[in-house]
Amino acid sequence: MVADLVFYIFSAITVAAAIGVIASRNQVHSVLFLILAFFNVAGLFVLLEAEFLAAILVIVYMGAVAVLFLFVVMMLNVDFEELRKGAVEHLPMGLFIGALILVEFGFILSGIHVEGHAHQAANISNTQLIGQVLFTKFLLPFEVASLILLVALIGAVVLTYRRRKDVKRQDISAQIARRREDAVELVKVASGQGAKP
Amino acid sequence: MPEILKELLGTVHGFGEGLFGPMLWILVWTVIKIVILLAPVLFMVTYITLAERKIIGFMQVRYGPNRVGFWGILQPLADAAKLIFKELLLPEKADRMIFFLAPALTLVPALIAWAVIPFSPGLVLADINIGILYILAISSMGVYGIIMAGWASNTRFSFLGGLRSAAQMVSYEVSMGFTLIPVVLLSGSLNLTEVVNAQKGMWFVIPLLPMFVIYFISVVAETNRSPFDLPEAEAELVAGFITEYSAMSSGLFFMGEYANMILVSFMGSILFLGGWLPPIGFLDFIPGIIWLGLKASLLLFVFLWIRATFPRYRYDQLMRLGWKVFLPISLLWIFVTALGVLLFGKA
Repeated sequence: MVADLVFYIFSAITVAAAIGVIASRNQVHSVLFLILAFFNVAGLFVLLEAEFLAAILVIVYMGAVAVLFLFVVMMLNVDFEELRKGAVEHLPMGLFIGALILVEFGFILSGIHVEGHAHQAANISNTQLIGQVLFTKFLLPFEVASLILLVALIGAVVLTYRRRKDVKRQDISAQIARRREDAVELVKVASGQGAKP
Repeated sequence: MPEILKELLGTVHGFGEGLFGPMLWILVWTVIKIVILLAPVLFMVTYITLAERKIIGFMQVRYGPNRVGFWGILQPLADAAKLIFKELLLPEKADRMIFFLAPALTLVPALIAWAVIPFSPGLVLADINIGILYILAISSMGVYGIIMAGWASNTRFSFLGGLRSAAQMVSYEVSMGFTLIPVVLLSGSLNLTEVVNAQKGMWFVIPLLPMFVIYFISVVAETNRSPFDLPEAEAELVAGFITEYSAMSSGLFFMGEYANMILVSFMGSILFLGGWLPPIGFLDFIPGIIWLGLKASLLLFVFLWIRATFPRYRYDQLMRLGWKVFLPISLLWIFVTALGVLLFGKA
């Protein structure tokens, strides 16, 4: 009964926050609502006893992805009112995607899913279970996914990397490699003549 | 002693169930446990401010606070009273809601993370299987308070402070997370109690000394402490994201910072310094909670010591240290540890 109550609290906040994401005029508020939604979904995962997924959701989405969202939204100050003007034109596409997701939900609810997904064993934590399944049954998809991520990572670096020549840059190894002999010269100065270079 | 305690607990449970009914009593009992856990934490937060001023005073050959009460012992209470009764100011163009939400969002993660800290065998509020992940998740939420404060104040200084802090915390979270992986590899569990139990033969600080050093420096950066206190670098940003905050709303930021500091000290003791285990076997007549407290105090002292010793980092140096020094070393050490576990087995 308590679990039911907690479920309804979490899902009500999730839905409200999701509406807030698309309804609020201020884009920073939108991102903050999105974060609230993430957090409540993590709470729902905990209720499903999928605490590993909940923790990962919070670490990855709240700790990294949403921080970058917030960063970009704050820095760029995009005029979202301008973007909003074309909303009606994109309505068919949006409806199509929404319908697609709805159909997928239908599949899940009607019990058609991939064979061999984790079933709760007696005394084994679901972290271990996910690890076992990921590294045995789904090893190939897992490795392919990690490879794609690696390619994306390198791609991002390649696309944004540029080394400007006209700025001062600290070269730590050059600084450390510098010896006293390179920098300081001791000269004996004869009185009345000054130091000669 | 434990027999009497058990009897006492039984009486309390019986009384509570009679008063509230079994359903509600579980809730009330949890609240009582939370209060018992958080009261000492808040006490420590209050008094570490005095310790900091006294210790830094000692290092700089001055007295530190010594007027309120004997030896300045009531100074934190005087400070708290001052903060509570000062006027709360709100900048005209600030985002009201987020402006006041931000300090709370800094303090709350620093407090709820304590739920999984085991103080001695069995003495833990929530003995969950993913304790380490829980701590990582909660500490990754701490950054929002600071970004929101920086943005909602609607000032240049605050905004720059908030952005700096976001970049800094995200960067150092990566290296901090990576230092925890060897610990998990060696103990074979994400449960903090089992991590401590795995250190019975040898504290993890011995095989993982470089990881411990990186962990400590990373958490100094995570908690925005000197020499990594760039978000509030007073020389360039006035007070960074706290510039516009006054009275208790800035007090909450300070409490969050100190609570985080104490938390990461306890975490460091649990993960690397053997938690409640005594350094030598025959000393185990001293309760584990005292050992844990001593170890955490040692780390806290180092926090203050660093603050009195080192000048502030430059921003590009900070980023270089995080990404180009700590990240490769900790990645390498993960492989070394994994190889060691493969060859010699777990701890």
